[in-house]
Amino acid sequence: MTYEELQNAPLCLSGRQLTKVFVNGKVSKTAVDHVDFDFHQGEVISIVGESGSGKTTLSKMLLGLLNVTSGTIYFKGEERKIRTMAQRRAYWNGIQAIFQDPFSSYNIFHKIDAVLDDCINMRYGRHIDKQKREDLKTEACSFVNLKYAELTNKYPFELSGGQMQRLMIARIFLLKPQILLADEPTSMIDACSRATILDMLLKLRDETGMTVIFITHDIGLAYYISDTVYIMEHGKFVESGSADEVILHPKAAYTKRLISDVPKIHEEWNLDDVFTGEE
Amino acid sequence: MSNVLLEVNQLTTKYITRFREDVYAVDHVSLSLEAGKSIGIAGESGCGKSTLALSLMGYYFAPLHYQSGDIIIDGKNISGMKPDDVRRNILGREIAYIPQAAMNALNPTCKIRKFIRDVMHAHYPKMRDDEIDRMAEDRFRELNLPVDSLDLHAVELSGGMKQRVVIAVSTILKPKVLIADEPSSALDVSSQKVVIRMLRDMMNAGLIGSMIFITHELPLLYNVTDDIMVMYAGQIVEKGTAAEMVFDPIHPYSRGLMRSILVPEEGTRNIKLTAIPGTPPNLKKPPQGCRFYDRCRYRQPQCQYNAVPIADIEGNRQYRCQLSVDQLRELYTAEDAEAERKQAEDTVLQKFLKDTGMNSAKEENRDDI
Ligand SMILES: Nc1ncnc2c1ncn2[C@@H]1O[C@H](COP(=O)(O)OP(=O)(O)OP(=O)(O)O)[C@@H](O)[C@H]1O
Ligand SMILES: Nc1ncnc2c1ncn2[C@@H]1O[C@H](COP(=O)(O)OP(=O)(O)O)[C@@H](O)[C@H]1O
Ligand code: SF4
Ligand SMILES: [Mg+2]
Ligand SMILES: [Mg+2]
Repeated sequence: MTYEELQNAPLCLSGRQLTKVFVNGKVSKTAVDHVDFDFHQGEVISIVGESGSGKTTLSKMLLGLLNVTSGTIYFKGEERKIRTMAQRRAYWNGIQAIFQDPFSSYNIFHKIDAVLDDCINMRYGRHIDKQKREDLKTEACSFVNLKYAELTNKYPFELSGGQMQRLMIARIFLLKPQILLADEPTSMIDACSRATILDMLLKLRDETGMTVIFITHDIGLAYYISDTVYIMEHGKFVESGSADEVILHPKAAYTKRLISDVPKIHEEWNLDDVFTGEE
Repeated sequence: MSNVLLEVNQLTTKYITRFREDVYAVDHVSLSLEAGKSIGIAGESGCGKSTLALSLMGYYFAPLHYQSGDIIIDGKNISGMKPDDVRRNILGREIAYIPQAAMNALNPTCKIRKFIRDVMHAHYPKMRDDEIDRMAEDRFRELNLPVDSLDLHAVELSGGMKQRVVIAVSTILKPKVLIADEPSSALDVSSQKVVIRMLRDMMNAGLIGSMIFITHELPLLYNVTDDIMVMYAGQIVEKGTAAEMVFDPIHPYSRGLMRSILVPEEGTRNIKLTAIPGTPPNLKKPPQGCRFYDRCRYRQPQCQYNAVPIADIEGNRQYRCQLSVDQLRELYTAEDAEAERKQAEDTVLQKFLKDTGMNSAKEENRDDI
């Protein structure tokens, strides 16, 4: 779908004046500052900013892991409600996450089988036919180029970083959420495995029509993978639009700087033009 | 006459694991580095980049063992030296090393000043503290680092600042060779640029004689180093100038790596990345033939059985493949032409759909919802 088509697709997740203030004794810190956004069904969105700009705080609010200080989140056009455990569970059926550090997101005492079984239980219920269950697991592993037979009876810590990332995508394949939120999912792995993971995510989006929210500081990656890019500085969105518009014709000074800081191969990378204002 | 600071011939080193299995993580690696030059080492996780760095420094502590080959630093062969001798007499002065994630190794509650004194005392036990402090302050000024940061604790510094401090301290003795292992990968783009600029300025000012820079970020290597070496499963598979390696890779694996590059430049969005399928071989039992065989899309039957030596080609380039350079280039040209044809076909199809209104029909339907 083109960018214009995606902007007309049904709304999936929106925010109005969303804000998070951390209060620590007398000091308060506004990590996310009155942001507005509209994410559509099937859209790949990147939220780009430097470390400390508020990306992870925003993603935790979107996931319902962190209370919102003020403002509203809308899920499929209606105000999101996650007061009760039942509401929370229903919401989490629709949104799933992949995190920065793959190792932190698994229970290390759970074998890989159990990790995948949990996903199947969540999506299809406990009483699914045994053969069907095995088929689903095999299919999920082969989707991410892992061999299911080699994984059974292993623990997550016995996998390499790259295998771990792929297992995480296999989980998403089984859960088929409407929204996938990925916070720097490829920052721990090398460029070569990164290409594999990105292509798997795009393939999954094409097959399931899910919305993918990518949180990253890598503007080259954001340009490659996303339809829409939001640029975040000090908790605010300073610019947003189609990937081509924002990255090739940036308007905000901050976006221009982010782009000029990335090493290029066809254009000159001017090392003398460095920003040292923060220090 | 060229001034070679580091010469490595057929270096082979191995890890001896608990189960007495040998892992040859550096297998017959040769390279040579002249004064004022830098070389980049690229390759995927686990290919042996960090092990090569440790091996070059003569840092042989169990489970890493030296097997064979020479390491000659400015005319002095250190390959037979005892690790303790190396630590005392070579490290820091002849060759310095910034390990992966070095900045996280700084003791968070220790003042930077104290850290520098400890480092210096390891080399010069009798050096006075005020002498060390003066040296440190001079160096910080030279590198535009705030001198006040000497009295801060590591936790009080930003990631980028910590990394610059680590680099300033590790190179305080003006080493002939600096080995930097992923010095900026944990930083965001702006701090990364500051670190890279500092390294460049240090090279220009002669504070470091030459540099080996390890990273899997190819656009970074392209901008930082003169030459690039690509490593795969413990071996060098190709070496050339940075421009040759990025724009005209010869080895199938290098070609794959160069196609995983992501840069925010016009046109790059439309070119599909071509991920290399599969995973690298187990180094406990490396395949007898070409190590890339399992994953190579150009492989021939003989590749599986015959070990492939590294060969010199035009210029200063080297590569390791059974196919000739001409054969490989021909394959690549055909492949690129095919990709271009497909892309053109797609564009025509899209235009057709648009012109015949098939796209807008879909759009109208959606508006109804
Ligand atoms: N202490 C050790 N004992 C046994 N094998 C080891 C040890 N350290 C590393 N290896 C093996 O040696 C090989 C090379 O590892 P190395 O750390 O040099 O990779 P690398 O290229 O630096 O990877 P990365 O990009 O992840 O830093 C790997 O197969 C690894 O499993
Ligand atoms: N639990 C917390 N308490 C106080 N401040 C926090 C907390 N979490 C994050 N912050 C602050 O909020 C800002 C944004 O942080 P974060 O969302 O983690 O940024 P990013 O993910 O973009 O690196 C930072 O200044 C950070 O120090
Ligand atoms: S030797 Fe054969 S398998 Fe190995 S890289 Fe060359 S073509 Fe591919
Ligand atoms: Mg974060
Ligand atoms: Mg390493």
